[in-house]
Amino acid sequence: MAHAIEFQNVTKTFQGSLRNAVDHINFTAEEGEFITILGSSGCGKTTLLKMINRLYEPDTGKIILFGEDISSMNPVKLRRRIGYVIQQIGLFPHMTVGSNIAMVPNLLKWEKEKTDARVDQLLTMAGLAPEEYRNRYPAQLSGGQQQRVGLARALAADPKIMLLDEPFGAIDSITRARLQEELLTLHRGMKKTFLFVTHDIEEAFKLGTRVMIMNEGHILQFDTPEQIILHPADGFVSSLVESAREKERFWEKFK
Amino acid sequence: MIDYMAKHYDDLIRAALEHLQIVLITLLLSLALAAFFTILCVYSKTASRMIPGLLSMIYSIPSLAMFALLIPLTGLGRTTAILVLVIYNQYLLLQNFLAGLNGIDKSISEAAMGMGVTPMQALVKIKLPLSRKAFIAGIRIAMVATVSIATIAASINAGGLGTILFDGLRTMNPAKIIWGSLLSALLALLIDGLLRFAEKRLDHSSTSCSLP
Repeated sequence: MAHAIEFQNVTKTFQGSLRNAVDHINFTAEEGEFITILGSSGCGKTTLLKMINRLYEPDTGKIILFGEDISSMNPVKLRRRIGYVIQQIGLFPHMTVGSNIAMVPNLLKWEKEKTDARVDQLLTMAGLAPEEYRNRYPAQLSGGQQQRVGLARALAADPKIMLLDEPFGAIDSITRARLQEELLTLHRGMKKTFLFVTHDIEEAFKLGTRVMIMNEGHILQFDTPEQIILHPADGFVSSLVESAREKERFWEKFK
Repeated sequence: MIDYMAKHYDDLIRAALEHLQIVLITLLLSLALAAFFTILCVYSKTASRMIPGLLSMIYSIPSLAMFALLIPLTGLGRTTAILVLVIYNQYLLLQNFLAGLNGIDKSISEAAMGMGVTPMQALVKIKLPLSRKAFIAGIRIAMVATVSIATIAASINAGGLGTILFDGLRTMNPAKIIWGSLLSALLALLIDGLLRFAEKRLDHSSTSCSLP
């Protein structure tokens, strides 16, 4: 069985930049995995993600999804098969919540009944009662609700791969914790591959079945949370784990 | 002055209607051409760099000079006038259209592109509806400019309110000068007011659906 995602020696340099944003990256991800990509800003994690739906093109190397080289696929068709969620959410403000979610099904020319049923199903799944939220506009929702709609919109056409670029980055910590739990539940219920970019170490270790730690365009370690904590690959990773422990100790003091 | 209106109200009405006709024909042609340029600029980076600059250069040519330049090609009359007005409008329309399109939140465009919306679909389904206010504003500015420049077009026999104004200047008839200017000013104000009203209406109807 082919890997869900496979990177073969992928490099990407941006014009005017001295070093590679993503530097000779190799990795594979299997169907159903929840992979979190952890790194500070500028480490190449968003670049890596955006090459999967061809918002960026790699300079060298190959990206293969389910055995198919994406460079030979039509980028528009490819994107319709991949869910994409971004931190700024990017809901279309002039469309209702329902029309936002129905965007990709409409592009794929689904039957109206099928689309409507799917919208209601997704709203329910996102914890938003369809009758109440279907006809609202994005501005009438809270930040957390907007991102629930963002997630529902990305899931609309039942993509096998979901790319999430710091989706909870701008959401208050209480709502974020709840959304994280819900995302985990959601992921467990479906056989989809999630790639989730974050700079929050707790988020990365809480959500990921495997965590990819990146720095300066390289993958430092790509393993299960337990393995990374028990056997950090290098000084950078151990200092990262240590910084999380530090924070933990800070809270322990007040128990 | 009132006497002049009482005697020549039919001339005034005819001139005003002629003027309005020039403005409306110009508007239709301008919109078609501006739509073409806008799409060109959306698709091509080179075009979006070149075209606005070129149009602003043309816009800086005085209208009388432009009429004079075109007379050998298209002759005296309304065709030349409308041609010049359409060319001038391109700068005003494109400037506002592009400002409206570029003013859309980057995250909205990114989300759309990431979902597999094609550039044309993004333009029609997302960008145009979101920038309709800037579009109406552009049309308003272009129409008011058209009303005023169309007055000068009377100097090349294009008809309209300018005819009365220029007649007045030639024959030193203050009533004609005043009525010619007054009516063209009124026409400009009327169009401006109507389109401002439309802009406001759009503003109200979109407050419920635009992000705070």
